[in-house]
Amino acid sequence: MTDSTPSPLDAVQVAHLANLARIALTPEETEKLTGELGVIIESIAKVSEVATPDVPATSHPIRLTNVFRPDVPGETLTVEEALSGAPERDGDRFKVSAILGEEQ
Amino acid sequence: MSELIALTAAALSEKLASREVSSVEVTQAHLDRIAAVDGDIHAFLHVSENALATAAEVDGARKLGAKLNPLAGVPVAIKDVLCTLDMPSTAGSRILEGWVPPYDATVVSKLRAAKLIPLGKTNMDEFAMGSSTEHSAFGPTHNPWDLERIPGGSGGGSAAAVAAFEAPLALGSDTGGSIRQPAAVTGTVGMKPTYGGVSRYGAIALASSLDQVGPVSRTVLDAALLHDVIGGHDPHDSTSLTDDWPSFAEAARTGAASGSLKGVRVGVVKELGGEGFQAGVSERFAEALEVMAAAGAEIVEVSAPSFTYAVAAYYLILPAEASSNLAKFDSVRFGLRVNPKGGGTVEDVMAATREAGFGPEVKRRIILGTYALSAGYYDAYYGSAQKVRTLIQRDFASAFEKADVLVSPAAPTTAFKLGEKLEDPLSMYLNDVTTIPANLAGVPGMGLPMGLAAEDGLPTGIQIMAPAHEDARIYNVGATLEALLEQSWGHTLMSRAPGHPSAEGGKK
Repeated sequence: MTDSTPSPLDAVQVAHLANLARIALTPEETEKLTGELGVIIESIAKVSEVATPDVPATSHPIRLTNVFRPDVPGETLTVEEALSGAPERDGDRFKVSAILGEEQ
Repeated sequence: MSELIALTAAALSEKLASREVSSVEVTQAHLDRIAAVDGDIHAFLHVSENALATAAEVDGARKLGAKLNPLAGVPVAIKDVLCTLDMPSTAGSRILEGWVPPYDATVVSKLRAAKLIPLGKTNMDEFAMGSSTEHSAFGPTHNPWDLERIPGGSGGGSAAAVAAFEAPLALGSDTGGSIRQPAAVTGTVGMKPTYGGVSRYGAIALASSLDQVGPVSRTVLDAALLHDVIGGHDPHDSTSLTDDWPSFAEAARTGAASGSLKGVRVGVVKELGGEGFQAGVSERFAEALEVMAAAGAEIVEVSAPSFTYAVAAYYLILPAEASSNLAKFDSVRFGLRVNPKGGGTVEDVMAATREAGFGPEVKRRIILGTYALSAGYYDAYYGSAQKVRTLIQRDFASAFEKADVLVSPAAPTTAFKLGEKLEDPLSMYLNDVTTIPANLAGVPGMGLPMGLAAEDGLPTGIQIMAPAHEDARIYNVGATLEALLEQSWGHTLMSRAPGHPSAEGGKK
């Protein structure tokens, strides 16, 4: 962990994050979000003030470990049920566009 | 207007059991009410076509002498974040518009098994991200006390439905206050159970370590009756607790009957009041403390210094979890698909779909979460937020050594105007300052009415919190306080609501 505050977000970074999150933002949205996220990040960065090395992290409100069930088949959706909300199907399968682009 | 719509679920339950009224009559009265007022309120995204048929079945079963749940035949509204087999489930998002799930959420199955009557699906901020319902893709809900104001959020639809007498009961979900803050600003009751006390299976996930489903109603007893129906272990949810829960209705009835808080240590959280809180909210809160002290409660001040970091930690943890949870909206298995012009790869289709299907707040939080989880920033942001979570849990633990319950206002202000905070995300986020700590620690919390603010005549709410697993304590203390406050006013708060059948004028 570094104790330096990360540098503020710029539009190039926001466009990169949007690409990672698979959201095709318009340039206007990218610009607006850059400003908004800058204000939000400045406010939430204060968590590092009290997060000293001696404090352990908590990922869950109530600790539960080893939640198992018997290893037997449970209820499952039928193929028809599973496909009932699909935007496009091909027989018993979900239909999608090309996985790889031309340059790939 | 039918008097039936003003009755509590407990009162309806008695009239149904004695066969003084039928479920068909009760259900029809609420459907008529929805038809009359929901054009203005917009609490519902979908009204069930099966409600009357289900009610007729329950009436038939009762005639044959079937042993029924106390709430059998009582109508209930369902927040649109919960999956329902017979109604679209959109979570307020364009990306799920028209989607009918192939399964019921466990809480919905439990409603059906207990023979409650699902009336429809209620409006909400998209994927429960918001405090005003203004982030719903299908337009905002209006506060029944003043149509120009927000009903709270994200569960504004459920709270408004109950406050406008469109339903006696509703289900909500609470990730950072989405049940308790709407209760505060609509003069209703909302309970966020202990994390894991109610199944999350079939609740469209926002932040899995914070989300909790709970009851929404006009009285503490009604919330308890509904909690008794939906609570308990669910093998479909690996975070579901295996506790043997007591009857919450019993706890509420005992509390209301006792009229006493003798020996109860009520902790006032110093950090959840004072500066930034509306004067009328602070006044009503001080009065509620006096009422509790007069009934024998010992009022103690407790300090929880790390609560001042709760909102910051929350807006790192929530976006991080949401960005992962919402990755499932990939245009392949369900929901919207938008093909970019000239086609493209599956990734191009996904990006175009999410651009068209998600609203601005959802995009903001997904990108914020993606950032918080990025290599290089992870320790400074997400890692630090998880440490703050530890500190908040420690603050709760030490506060509960000094107090049996903790109290604060349930929201810092009364309902603000629609549009007022829409362009200022940070000020919207700060509206949840009082409710967020309970989610980070998993403890139960309830919002319930504490009177109208002097300056604007709008409802204010008090929050009661208890240690994890001690939900019954909240129902007990909450029902006592509710009874004492109503005694001091000489009426219920909701009897002064503009939509109440006995209301003569009042705010429009």
